[in-house]
Amino acid sequence: MESLLTNFLAKYNYWVYIGLVMIGMYAMIAKRNLVKKIVGMNIVQTAVILFYVSIGAKKGKMLPIIAHGHGESGHQAVHAIDYINPLPHVLMLTAIVVSVATLGVALALTIKIYRRYGTLEEDEIAQRINEP
Amino acid sequence: MDTLISIKPLLAILVSLLAVPLIATSRSPNVREGWTFLAAIVKFAIVASMLPAVMSGMEISYKLVEVLPGLSIAFRVDAFGMLFALVASFLWIITSAYSIGYMRGLDEHAQTRYFSFFAVSLSAAVGVAFSANLLTMYLFYEMLSLATYPLVTHHQDKEARTSGRKYLLYTVGASIGLVLPAMLLTYQLTGSLDFSPQGVLAGNASRGTVALLLFMFVFGFAKAAIMPFHSWLPAAMVAPTPVSALLHAVAVVKVGVFSIVRVVTGIFGTELLHNFGLSTPLLFVAATTILVGSFIALSQDNLKRMLAFSTIAQLSYIVLGTALLTPKGVTGGMVHIAMHAFGKITLFFCAGAIFVATGKKNISEMTGIGRRMPFTMLAFFFGALSIIGMPPCGGFLSKWYLVLGALQADKIAIVVVLLFSSLLNAAYFMPVVYRAFFCPPEEALFEARIQEAPFFCVAPLVITAVISIGLLIYPQPFMQLATMAAAKFTGF
Amino acid sequence: MSAHYPALVVVIPLVAAFLVLIGSLLNKRLAFPLAALALLGALLASIGLLIRVMQVGVVEYHLAGWAPPIGIAYRVDHLNALVLVAVASVAFINLLGTRPLVADLFEDRLGPFYTLYVLLVTGLLGIVVTGDAFNLYVLLEIAALTGYALVGMGEGRAPLASLNYIFMGTVGASFYLLGIGYLYLVTGTLNMADLAARLPALYPSRVVVSAFVICLAGLCLKMGFFPLHAWLPNAYSHAPDPVSSLVAPLMTKVMVYVMVRIMLFVFTPAFAFDLMTISAPMVWLAVIAIVAGSFLALSTRRIKRMLTYIIVAEVGYMVGGFWLGNRLGISGAILHIINDAVMTLCVFLTAAAIIARTGSDRIDDMQGLFKKMPVTMAVFVIAGLSIIGVPPTCGFFSKWYLISGALAAGQYGFVGALLLSSLINLVLFFRIFEIAYFEPFEAQHGEHSPGPGRVLSEVQEAPLETLAPLVVTAGLLFALGIYAGDIVSLIIDQAIPVGIL
Repeated sequence: MESLLTNFLAKYNYWVYIGLVMIGMYAMIAKRNLVKKIVGMNIVQTAVILFYVSIGAKKGKMLPIIAHGHGESGHQAVHAIDYINPLPHVLMLTAIVVSVATLGVALALTIKIYRRYGTLEEDEIAQRINEP
Repeated sequence: MDTLISIKPLLAILVSLLAVPLIATSRSPNVREGWTFLAAIVKFAIVASMLPAVMSGMEISYKLVEVLPGLSIAFRVDAFGMLFALVASFLWIITSAYSIGYMRGLDEHAQTRYFSFFAVSLSAAVGVAFSANLLTMYLFYEMLSLATYPLVTHHQDKEARTSGRKYLLYTVGASIGLVLPAMLLTYQLTGSLDFSPQGVLAGNASRGTVALLLFMFVFGFAKAAIMPFHSWLPAAMVAPTPVSALLHAVAVVKVGVFSIVRVVTGIFGTELLHNFGLSTPLLFVAATTILVGSFIALSQDNLKRMLAFSTIAQLSYIVLGTALLTPKGVTGGMVHIAMHAFGKITLFFCAGAIFVATGKKNISEMTGIGRRMPFTMLAFFFGALSIIGMPPCGGFLSKWYLVLGALQADKIAIVVVLLFSSLLNAAYFMPVVYRAFFCPPEEALFEARIQEAPFFCVAPLVITAVISIGLLIYPQPFMQLATMAAAKFTGF
Repeated sequence: MSAHYPALVVVIPLVAAFLVLIGSLLNKRLAFPLAALALLGALLASIGLLIRVMQVGVVEYHLAGWAPPIGIAYRVDHLNALVLVAVASVAFINLLGTRPLVADLFEDRLGPFYTLYVLLVTGLLGIVVTGDAFNLYVLLEIAALTGYALVGMGEGRAPLASLNYIFMGTVGASFYLLGIGYLYLVTGTLNMADLAARLPALYPSRVVVSAFVICLAGLCLKMGFFPLHAWLPNAYSHAPDPVSSLVAPLMTKVMVYVMVRIMLFVFTPAFAFDLMTISAPMVWLAVIAIVAGSFLALSTRRIKRMLTYIIVAEVGYMVGGFWLGNRLGISGAILHIINDAVMTLCVFLTAAAIIARTGSDRIDDMQGLFKKMPVTMAVFVIAGLSIIGVPPTCGFFSKWYLISGALAAGQYGFVGALLLSSLINLVLFFRIFEIAYFEPFEAQHGEHSPGPGRVLSEVQEAPLETLAPLVVTAGLLFALGIYAGDIVSLIIDQAIPVGIL
């Protein structure tokens, strides 16, 4: 039991992202409202981004900005271990752009759907489709 | 054996295919039929020009393109293929003439489509005859199934649609469902699909596998109408009669049996089947089809349906001959391809001529028809004799060889089957002829005034009937070709 | 010049996409020629690339001169060169063939439409050409986002179908991203070649196993592999016709390519086929996909919907063939990526041409079409025969390899499924041919009243602009069939790692 707890605490960032993915998936599956589904989708994407960001972090280390890089001290060797890993963070800039774009397209389509059916509830839309 | 490399086999196949655009774009019917005739004659000429070389024991081969590593679209003309190609391409000329009489006599619709697909079908049939390997044969076999579909369903009514469905389901369904996997399995086992005189499977497969493959092939080539894969043939009789005549007595069904014989001899090899004792089940299947087909033919009133069941029975003679695995039996089976073709096409021509002249389809309505159409019915008589296997017609010869083959193989039961089925044949053909000529005047449904079908209908059937008779006296080149092929396949 | 082919394949359409947008602001008639030029450029570059790869082997290209693992590398071998040519040519032919239709449907939105079109193709080409796992994700999303927008441009239920497509597509892509995140965690690299070099040492790791499973699940979702296919029929059948005929042939096929790429060149065959014992279950899932797709196709009487269910079955062909794990099966799967792209293009283009003329996508309204649209229907017959698998069309030859592979692997269930689906395809297509050929029955049979939609006599043959690409595509079906042996021995054989027998 204790090992489970230590495991949980040591790797809490993974548990957080797993929890978020689950919440997002739940919303996408269980919610009937299209906007709520979109929010769920966004939570899933954010969870993955969070995962990437968290794996780059290191406790007590600093940002990978080399101070006085052009000065005399710039000739000293840079210890990568002293800095947090910037690569996942950079990658996530792209992923964030993607997620924003997805959100935009999804919301645009939602507007189109609302104009057409006058509602965003899935079951009501299904009813409208089957009516005529 | 000498092999000659020549493009002629390909040309023979392509001639009728190239004629299709010409036929399809012709402005007037006469030009259109002119192209058909020209294509038919050129095709026959090319096939015939290869005859001397083949007769002298050479083989002509041509490789078109290698589609898969080690597998090509390739052609090889041997004695057996020559025999079939000769029959099919010669009868196309005659059927073209008959088609003109029949189609114009009935003022059918969509004649351009009809002549176009007819030409495609012939390409496919000759393609099967000249195939050098199973893949090429499968390609043309499928092409034939699809090209004949618009011909079978020519009338475009509900009955045609039902029959067309049945036709496709049996022929294409069986070839995809059985032949294709069997072919792939063979390729997996042997690494080759080329037809070779002693087969390619020997030493590569166990008895069980060989038996499985054999029956996948025999039933998969459903065009051979071996029971229980036969019921498409009576259904396909909704087609115009020239189609039934050439395709369902000669090209299509013969392609089926041709394929079976080819696979039995070229892929399995007679020796392998003999060693594994697989000839008996094959004989059993063929004999059952012969007897059951003949019995059903007895009960038919529609003339074309009767001919269809008769064809089902007769096709199995060829399979039976091959399954005997003796030189005489195989020869008989192969010659029967030619003999049955000339006999049965005569009978179909007669059925069509009667329909054109009187509009009658049923035997019960034909009492006394000999008084009105004596030439037609006389030809019918000789065609029937040939099918029954009685002199003075060519059918006698093939049955003679089949019986000899059965004796050679020490299979008395098969001799009994052959003789009994001849009796059955006589039992369903002779009443038709008898009632046509020898009925009391008060029962006759026709006046005693000669009024035949159009000239283009009658002339072909007279010609085929005369050839049927002539084949007994001079059965060359078919006899020699069959003997050569049988010698090669059985190794004697 | 030729050294820059890998970059040109992506850069030409990418730059052109913006030019199309700018050009269309000046004059909306500029949109089509610019798009056509861009795709022609991409096509020529990819053909050049294929030739180069066949001459000198693998081509490496470092974007902006940064060597991997820092920079993004484009690594082109026989596999992606072949798929590139297929993608570029399908997109180009479809662009030409649908021009009259697009001009009709999107009269006032030509600029946006062609911009999205070219961007979508850019994304697909990028997915195929890239050698970087994260770059692949970005391009995947570019293709997907433009795809969502294009599908959503349709009428009726299209926006709703597109929204569902977004949900499923995003989850699939997120899973893929998560999977490569795991890989990055243990290897510290995202370059595919680097990954493949470092992973073997880490195989016992459960992180790698999780990455494998999550990646595969995401990809299966994106390619619409049964039972994760639910989004596909709606999205593809409600999309505007010119979009369906672009997305349907390419999207799923490119995703299958990604699966092949990731499994063979990131996880390596030793891991994917031997260590992970999922080959047999995957093949059985493919069997279910094929059977289910075929039967679902039987259940509908709308032509586009039927075709989308056939795609579900075809995805089963490719996934199953790949997981057979032997050279024949994988060759069949890769060959089928190419063949199925062309076949699907052909059927969807004909369907679009027919729907444009008859105004209905019900197969019951296709009565008498053999008379009215003979050329279109002839092409449709050829495409149908290819999907059924009749030689010498290309469909026969991919089926040949797939069945041979299944026999060699002893997977008789897969053989049975392939044959069954061929037979069902026969029924599917001849059901349509029958209606177009036999009906309406002659007046004396008179049970059929003329159906809804336009009166038949008004229906004409499709315009020449559509017919020409159609005929070319039909010709391609034969050419791909006849040269199947060469394609396999010269290209696909070189693409499959040597270790696979």
